[in-house]
Amino acid sequence: MASTPAPASAARAVLRTEARLFAREPAALFWVMVSPTVLLVILGLIPSMREVSAGLGGRRAIDLYVPVAVLFALIMAGLQAMPPVLAGYRERGILRRMSATPVRPAALLTAQFVLHAVAALLSALLVTAVGRTAFGVALPAHLPGHLVALVLATAGGLALGATVCAVSRTQKAATAVGTAVFFPTMFTAGVWVPVQAMPDTLRRIVEYTPYGAASRALDEAARGGWPGPVALGVMVLWTAVLAGTAVRRFRWE
Amino acid sequence: MIEVRDLRKAYGERKAVDGVSFSVEEGEIFGILGPNGAGKTTTVECVAGLRVPDAGRVRVAGLDPVADHDRVTRVLGVQLQRSELQAKLTVREALELYATFYERPADRRALAGRLGLDAHLDARFGTLSGGQKQRLLIALALVGDPRAVVLDELTTGLDPRARRDTWDLVESIRANGVTVLLVTHVMEEAQRLCDRIAVIDGGRVTALDTPAGLIGRTATARVISFAADSPLDPADLAALPGAAEVTGRDGRTVVTGTDATVDAFVSLLARRAVTARGLRITDATLDDAYLDLTS
Repeated sequence: MASTPAPASAARAVLRTEARLFAREPAALFWVMVSPTVLLVILGLIPSMREVSAGLGGRRAIDLYVPVAVLFALIMAGLQAMPPVLAGYRERGILRRMSATPVRPAALLTAQFVLHAVAALLSALLVTAVGRTAFGVALPAHLPGHLVALVLATAGGLALGATVCAVSRTQKAATAVGTAVFFPTMFTAGVWVPVQAMPDTLRRIVEYTPYGAASRALDEAARGGWPGPVALGVMVLWTAVLAGTAVRRFRWE
Repeated sequence: MIEVRDLRKAYGERKAVDGVSFSVEEGEIFGILGPNGAGKTTTVECVAGLRVPDAGRVRVAGLDPVADHDRVTRVLGVQLQRSELQAKLTVREALELYATFYERPADRRALAGRLGLDAHLDARFGTLSGGQKQRLLIALALVGDPRAVVLDELTTGLDPRARRDTWDLVESIRANGVTVLLVTHVMEEAQRLCDRIAVIDGGRVTALDTPAGLIGRTATARVISFAADSPLDPADLAALPGAAEVTGRDGRTVVTGTDATVDAFVSLLARRAVTARGLRITDATLDDAYLDLTS
């Protein structure tokens, strides 16, 4: 009897299959891939958003809203789209069924993480491209710094979503918890008021939240430098804590 | 092929399985029969390595399903209760995906044909009927070309025709040399398919025998009935050796008992020189045996 692990192609087959299924969810695709850009375009159509403001350090509101829309894409992917899928896979015995094959059910979770990360990053790319071409928003001045911040923010967003799924027993609960966490994260990501436009005290508090820190890191990269150690440190810490919680609390059935 | 010795598993205070033992021979269809909550599913989940037993020994083809989980998944296919697939996954995609999990998968096309799935290859799981879903899940249990399969509550929720078709399928699985461990609470299914049956109740094996053996060991294996106006005294009937019960229903007198009861009854008729009109002597069903064994 062969005792070699499952063929490496199995993990790829799981990813390929999950990608097909992902493409069959028009609502999730819209919210993750399209809605952040729609948000940006709607805001960009408001004339006052395109006016230089002394209060924003000589920038326009729309300049600040490009990173906000990027974070909005991460929130949609990690918090709104992913938790119900994972919780549903658990609730409907799909993970359990895979446990009875040579492939571990972790392959399914990994595939979901990868797909939601890729979708969010593509959405971020679309937001950036539309911001640049439609509203003349400058590309991030420090590209490596921007990418580091973006990758860390994506990891943090997925870790938050995984935690939501881990603490929720059912798919319904995952949707409810995800939505409850959704509004505070939208606020801290600066969807209503960009973090950089918040009053100082509030801004300093918000910058210790996962998305507040991400907003600061993206802003620092946009202005031409490496994101500072505080913002990056806060993001790493949140990601580690959330991922640890998710791993500890997650039940396979 | 499958060996279970003194298996124990508790969930908190509740002992789901409390000392279950049985062994399934190669090529056998072995049934686990019992009421809901008897510990059937927990038992087979331990066999499949999905749960870690508290105590006892489980072996599948000589392998420990927990320590050797990976190798066990290659010899044992499973169709689990309350286990679904992604709603938008098509039949073809499911078969292709699960085939990639095994080094030497079965021929997917032949399998789909055998299970009557060829006409539904492009249908999504969520749109399949109950019987089609069940057939696909059986196909996935077989796609790794296993030596044994666990089939848990195979026909629950199926209409009578789909149920019959599924039974034929189980027989064809065995005809292909695959050992079958069948969990069920449907008597007719167990009686029709199983070579041997372990009756489980309250986490324990209350009987283990062939279907005929289980029926034969009940106190009411034979049922004698005849028209109620036959000239026979109920007191004489109740006094027959092995007679369990004498009742009247639908204008007929019904005596339940054993083979000895039947012999003595025939002698009684001869001695009295009377006729029992409309006489019928029937075997009890597995239903009767089951109720007797799980009461």
